Amino acid sequence: MKTIQIFDPALCCSTGVCGVDVDQQLVAFAADVDWARQQGVQIERFNLAQEPLAFAGNATVKAFLERSGAEALPLILLDGEVALAGRYPQRAELARWAGLAEPAAADTGCCSGKRCC
Amino acid sequence: MHFLTNPPRFLFFTGKGGVGKTSLACASAVRLASTGLRVLLVSTDPASNVGQVFGVGIGNRITPIADVPGLAALEIDPQAAAQAYRDRIVGPVRGVLPPAVVNSIEEQLSGACTTEIAAFDEFTGLLTDSQLTGVFDHVIFDTAPTGHTIRLLQLPGAWSGFLAEGRGDASCLGPLAGLEKQREQYQAAVAALADAARTRLVLVARAQEATLREVARTHAELAGIGLGQQYLVINGVLPAAETGDDPLALAIAARETSALAALPAGLAGLPRDSIALQPGNLVGLPALQQLLQPAVPCAQEVAAVPVLPHPSLGSLVDALAEHGHGLIMLMGKGGVGKTTVAAAIAAELARRGHAVHLTTSDPAAHLGDTLAGELPDLAVSRIDPVAETERYRQHVLASKGAGLDAAGRALLEEDLRSPCTEEIAVFQAFSRIIREAGRKFVVMDTAPTGHTLLLLDATGAYHREVARQMGAAGLHFTTPMMQLQDPAQTRVIIVTLAETTPVLEAAALQADLRRAGIEPWAWVINQSVAAAAPGAPLLRLRAHKELAEIDKVMAQHATRCAVLPLLAEEPVGITRLLRLCAGAGSGQAD
Repeated sequence: MKTIQIFDPALCCSTGVCGVDVDQQLVAFAADVDWARQQGVQIERFNLAQEPLAFAGNATVKAFLERSGAEALPLILLDGEVALAGRYPQRAELARWAGLAEPAAADTGCCSGKRCC
Repeated sequence: MHFLTNPPRFLFFTGKGGVGKTSLACASAVRLASTGLRVLLVSTDPASNVGQVFGVGIGNRITPIADVPGLAALEIDPQAAAQAYRDRIVGPVRGVLPPAVVNSIEEQLSGACTTEIAAFDEFTGLLTDSQLTGVFDHVIFDTAPTGHTIRLLQLPGAWSGFLAEGRGDASCLGPLAGLEKQREQYQAAVAALADAARTRLVLVARAQEATLREVARTHAELAGIGLGQQYLVINGVLPAAETGDDPLALAIAARETSALAALPAGLAGLPRDSIALQPGNLVGLPALQQLLQPAVPCAQEVAAVPVLPHPSLGSLVDALAEHGHGLIMLMGKGGVGKTTVAAAIAAELARRGHAVHLTTSDPAAHLGDTLAGELPDLAVSRIDPVAETERYRQHVLASKGAGLDAAGRALLEEDLRSPCTEEIAVFQAFSRIIREAGRKFVVMDTAPTGHTLLLLDATGAYHREVARQMGAAGLHFTTPMMQLQDPAQTRVIIVTLAETTPVLEAAALQADLRRAGIEPWAWVINQSVAAAAPGAPLLRLRAHKELAEIDKVMAQHATRCAVLPLLAEEPVGITRLLRLCAGAGSGQAD
């Protein structure tokens, strides 16, 4: 089973309510992560504001931060290699990486399109 | 004293900065210890002078007070507790991750939530660990956790992800992930708080309408989550015997009497005590013992206070008026009189013929009602923070929370009760008006903290949103943050009172704003007894005490500063507001 690691930016609220607007991507992604876990996918999230050592201790993540800065997060690693950066994956992408069957489109929340609402 | 009759094990004093929580807590501790009980006094006041009061160094360990048999004290510095927490998280990666990344982590951990939860972490042991506190009959705290903190800790859903896995989705619980205590300990602490047999909450207020309204809100919030056993103490009441024929003293006494007669409904039913205004700082045992005794008439003659050499509000308006337009923001803790100062500045600018838009979040609204229409160049609008916050919450829950299950929705709902939410909701309402400042004066009586501004800006969400909306149409735009940082466009004025704790709180606000790249333009010391030239001896004694605080503001904090007198009448209506701007150095000539 492949391992998915999500390196979040420094979030005061992982629901995003402390921002100028609640980030729908964060709300939806939290649900997607939950779904993936229930499917047995190994998936881990690290909040830069709470576990910066996880970032510093991973050469790939550290180099990414040095090159692009914290504003380029989130960074998603699949078995330690970069799978995606700068946005959160959709449920279908999580499924593909984990080798699961594609979920029904209706399950992916309102942000499953190309652009977030 | 009702609040000290048959006290339970834990006593909490709560109220806004400067109402005298620490003095009351100290005096209560001395009183209980004098009856042979063993008492632990816990202070979290950043200006804690408990050590000074008792003449011993205390600090962050339980220290016996030699002069008071049975009494021991402990000082917790919530800022230091929060800093220790930040250091624990950030320390290991400093120098390893890029400095900008380290800064972004520190900013996320600089909010009020982190400080409050770190302080609660320090409390937890005292509420639960019988090893630590078992030898004491009473533990007295000079502060209490807010309803927001307690609700978060009560929320079962918040825990499931948080302490079990060390991470989760309850934003404001984030700091707990790095704290030491166990979930069971937090739950035991919350249970102790909500148990009337063990905990009594003492609400401390002054006899002022606005303050009492705020206390009524605290009362309702804390009662709503189970802290049912509450007492009310009205501190610093001017005794009728002290007024003499001083018109100022007579007016203050009359105003306090009517404020107490019109006590908000929620407070009226609470057991209530009244404590007389003291002539000086409460240092030393005799002063503390006197605090809970009937007031002794202030017999001595007291010299008049020298006329203050500090500029009036009018001279600040002179400088503001030079620019012809711009954004003027009044900032400061609740109860210092931001709305009054904002209205006075707006009225004076309008009197001089400038177009002015005064926007206020004053819940009383009478100020706006009185002002509206009285000056042709003055427009007044009102933002209701409660309504704005509720609208924002409902909007988020209906849109973003639509697809969540019950647990997720509960978490989102609690996150939306965070103090940040009100700031954001009100700021959104204000930012619609801010744009007018390019053409006229916009005067605002409230603003988000530097921390919130930084977070709003750090995400860049607002900037991008504005860019998307305005940029596409080929229009020039600036984000609110850019506008606030530009001294040519925005003048931030910090409002405070000439008392120790309010000055410290204002200095902390200034530091917070500087972190966000905003340099406050001026300070206003409001409701100064010294500037009011009182006649009554008790008020003169208070006035002399104020001088040291005013000097401190001038020497250490403010580049320019105006001092406003405490007024005999509420500064409502154009005439009285304009009078606030008059006085030495005012711009009456133009």
